[in-house]
Amino acid sequence: MDMNDIDLSTDCITPKAVFNRRREWMKAVAAGGVGSWLSQGAFAMEAIKLASTPNVNYPASLGVTPYKSATTYNNFYEFGTDKADPAQYAGTLQTRPWTMTIGGLVKKPLTLDIDSLLKIAPLEERIYRMRCVEGWSMVIPWDGYSLSKLLAKVEPLGSAKYIEFISLADSKQMPGVKDAVIDWPYREGLRLDEAMNPLTLLTFGMYGEPLPRQNGAPVRIVVPWKYGFKSAKSIISMRLTAEMPKTSWSQINPREYGFYSNVNPLVDHPRWSQATERRIGDPRGVFAPKIKTELFNGYGDQVASLYAGMDLKKYY
Amino acid sequence: MKIILFLCATLPLDRLIWLGLQNDLGANPIEMITRSTGTWALVFLCLTLAMTPLRLISGSLFWIKQRRMLGLFCFFYATLHFFIWLYLDQDWDVHAMFHDVLKRPFITMGFLSYLLLLPLAISSNRFSQRRLGRRWLVLHRLVYLIAGTVILHYWWHKAGKNNVAVVEIYAVVLGLLLICRLPPFRVFFQSLSK
Repeated sequence: MDMNDIDLSTDCITPKAVFNRRREWMKAVAAGGVGSWLSQGAFAMEAIKLASTPNVNYPASLGVTPYKSATTYNNFYEFGTDKADPAQYAGTLQTRPWTMTIGGLVKKPLTLDIDSLLKIAPLEERIYRMRCVEGWSMVIPWDGYSLSKLLAKVEPLGSAKYIEFISLADSKQMPGVKDAVIDWPYREGLRLDEAMNPLTLLTFGMYGEPLPRQNGAPVRIVVPWKYGFKSAKSIISMRLTAEMPKTSWSQINPREYGFYSNVNPLVDHPRWSQATERRIGDPRGVFAPKIKTELFNGYGDQVASLYAGMDLKKYY
Repeated sequence: MKIILFLCATLPLDRLIWLGLQNDLGANPIEMITRSTGTWALVFLCLTLAMTPLRLISGSLFWIKQRRMLGLFCFFYATLHFFIWLYLDQDWDVHAMFHDVLKRPFITMGFLSYLLLLPLAISSNRFSQRRLGRRWLVLHRLVYLIAGTVILHYWWHKAGKNNVAVVEIYAVVLGLLLICRLPPFRVFFQSLSK
């Protein structure tokens, strides 16, 4: 937690009681009749409820971003390149049935449907900071479990050094895929030790609900110490590899987007400084001062050791 | 007529103020306002440049009479765009601003565009036209250079996210507006007004 967050906290903390009440309301709405009307659009609520327990290591004292901002300001080029596009167009994404394959350099490759994935470990609610490479950030309560729990099931081989994530890219469901803005499908990747770090969350929900489509339903990863584009959405396949996987943004613009993309105020983006960020949903609105960005997005305690001795300017 | 045009030209700003009061500027209001004012500056640049072709086609000076106001509104939105960036994004940090101007090409182009607009805005009056005579015409040809720097500013900003589709459209529009001024096209348009 940094001092700037504490300065904000009295204004923008959603009091826990209100936050929980809203969650209960949203769950009730999801279960009730309003659900069928909502299911028309991208906010369709699934039949499953998320029984996730808060993980006290990732508490709400940071000031959670309003749900509306987190679900209407998204980069998800599969549905269009404007921030408002995913919320508008993701309604056609079919999140069930959904299968994910985990293979490559593993002893026990698996193909699992979404329900089986949900059963592998109990869901935890973790409130993470999310820092976009563009210079804005949010604080989001995610529901999921550490990716390491899934990877333990497939038993990576000794030769496996990296993991690649492939997202769905179906032009029938995702209008943006017809646009060659990215060489589809969207690819991301992590070093295996980054993937095994407990912080890396295999994520199924946010704010106590299943993920809205525009936020990467039905399953994604969240890697909070890296820029947001590393947190791949709507994943259909994971593959463990010996070589560093090619990732979509570093293919498009290697100078701007590196493989590691660790949040780092000392390593500038070519087009702007990364020393500060704008926190979306700050109640001071347009006049809210920018926040100082922290190394590893403030998660240095948990992840700095992964990069001991590594030149972070060179491996950006 | 001028009053109607003036009121219409302030509508984009009125809309932003209205949305701001309604708290409807979206999740990232500063980004939205910066983008909106920049876009309207670009639109008014296109409108300003469209006056000469319209004059050529119609044979009427009516279009030229509107040009000054359109040009000044381009400058107005550009000023808003620049100062919103300088204040809300850079927190009046002029040192940081110059650092950005030197280090980041798309900001270099933006800053250059604004610098070039300044003498045009300042000289947009009859007094200057009388004092400068022929040189006023030469000075105002800077607008052709500005069309170029502005497109580069927008292009390099969007290129990093591989998202240049909209910029391409403006580039084509501006290109056409500039081509209209070349002799073969001038003659063609003039022939239409006969």
